[in-house]
Amino acid sequence: MRTASYFRTYRLVPYVFVLPFIISFCAFYAYPLVSTIIMSFQKIIPGQTHFVGLGNYRKMISEDFWQALKVSFEYTVITILILIPGPTLLAALLNSGLKKLNAIYRAAFFIPSLVSVVVAGTIFRLMFSLTGRAVVNASLGFLFGVKPIDWVMGGAWQAMLLMVMLATWRWTGVNTVYFLSGLQSISTDLYEAASIDGAGPARQFLSITMPLLKPTIIFVTTISIFGGFAMFEESYMLWQGVSPNNVGLTLVGLIYQKGFQLGDLGLASAVGLVVMLVVFVLAVIQLNLFGFFRKED
Amino acid sequence: MESMTTQRILSETVKYLLLGVLVILFLFPIFALVMASFETGQNLMRYGISFKSLVPKTFDPKNFVALVTTRDGVYLTWYKNSIILTALQASMALAFSSFVGYGLGVYHFKGRNLIFILVLAVMLVPVQILILPLYKLMTAMGIMNSYLGVVAPFVVSPFAIFFFRQYSLGIPKDYLDAGRIDGLGEFRIFAKLTAPLMGPAYGAMAIMISQQAWNGFLWPLIVMRTGDKFPLTIGLNSLLTPYGNNYDMLIAGSCAASIPIIIVFFFFQRFFISGLNAGGIKG
Repeated sequence: MRTASYFRTYRLVPYVFVLPFIISFCAFYAYPLVSTIIMSFQKIIPGQTHFVGLGNYRKMISEDFWQALKVSFEYTVITILILIPGPTLLAALLNSGLKKLNAIYRAAFFIPSLVSVVVAGTIFRLMFSLTGRAVVNASLGFLFGVKPIDWVMGGAWQAMLLMVMLATWRWTGVNTVYFLSGLQSISTDLYEAASIDGAGPARQFLSITMPLLKPTIIFVTTISIFGGFAMFEESYMLWQGVSPNNVGLTLVGLIYQKGFQLGDLGLASAVGLVVMLVVFVLAVIQLNLFGFFRKED
Repeated sequence: MESMTTQRILSETVKYLLLGVLVILFLFPIFALVMASFETGQNLMRYGISFKSLVPKTFDPKNFVALVTTRDGVYLTWYKNSIILTALQASMALAFSSFVGYGLGVYHFKGRNLIFILVLAVMLVPVQILILPLYKLMTAMGIMNSYLGVVAPFVVSPFAIFFFRQYSLGIPKDYLDAGRIDGLGEFRIFAKLTAPLMGPAYGAMAIMISQQAWNGFLWPLIVMRTGDKFPLTIGLNSLLTPYGNNYDMLIAGSCAASIPIIIVFFFFQRFFISGLNAGGIKG
């Protein structure tokens, strides 16, 4: 009853409230999306555009594209493999014991996410500098007798490791906070009951914590897929857009290169659209694996 | 009983030792940055951050002085631009997003669910993929190389809308009725009665959005074309050139650019955390 009368009296008011979103949605999401689709079928030279059918898509499937897809895919998979289990364990550790100390630790893990990627990339490049004196090479040499490694320009695995470490450094704290909030919503009664039944900490973690954290795990995995495939800035900071043999070329890096540096808007749009499709498909597969679409009662 | 407590103390000690080592590893790069800001650019260029540069011989602030004096204080211009961009983006995004989020949370109307689904969908579309058409749009609107051009696509933040919507679901309807009985219009009710109730939500989102605006990189890199318009991130990035990197300025500049946000974090920790937690709420 109440609802119906609101609706009649203030019929227009709610629409005024949501108007800013509708305008921004049309201008900055719907229009760009449609525009990307159209541009991906066009050859765009300043002043004139031609319809070229699938020309851009045919041109797109070059070495660079497969390389960028490989880098983005590997980066996404590896960061997920690290940034889900690691923060889950960390959150479990930080959720028990001394409250004050835990809060300090949590803050310490969070700080790296506050600095800009420009600053983070600069520190990492200097720490991972190729000389034997730079802290990372010096430590590796001292501890394991490893010869100085050229992390930035050395090759594919060094480049991937560097990007993954940068991501791990920046995102561990953020993901830990997500998992902590997931943990805090689990009732302590469950653990007490399990203790009485004789379940140890490991058993409790597997039988109570993990299943009840599932929504958080799904959420973090989903945003990690989107974030991983959208990665550009970290790689740009390490190589300024040009890496040897494209070891640091990501899909968004490819869009930037083709669209802004080479001015081929049609080709870049085709890449953008394909990236969006790939991400969407992967996200759906992932949600399906976790049983997100299964009806639960 | 006795053995259980000793075992417990032992496992707690191991846990905190392990965490302590991790914390040191995670804070090390920040520590290295601060220490390296007292090192000469030449040494950094040659050796990177070495163990020697972790223990500066003197805390000579000459790199920080250089920030103010080099190239007629261009660093200060970048700083000013970052402050303007952050203030502009935060104030506009807060005003519009709270307005929309409140509307979605409080009123029942046709299309409400559809709009909410659109908000959620947009949260998942990475802006990075739409930069080309956005660039064309900004050019057509004639707002390239301007503050407005950097801020425009972000004045309505879907994430903040979501947050404010969740928050305003908890506002008792009695407040609205009380306002109506007093003869206030719906917008006055929002401005005078309900928006003040959402104080903590404004706090959390102010900090989230400011941090994003302060650290924004890809979009200002595309929009801002001339050095006098650069924010800090783009300005610092411009110090990396193929002809040699200006590390004297880059490292001290990175420090000075990061300090405000870290200080803010320590004062408003709980806002940072609750801002993140909104993302975890099951929609």
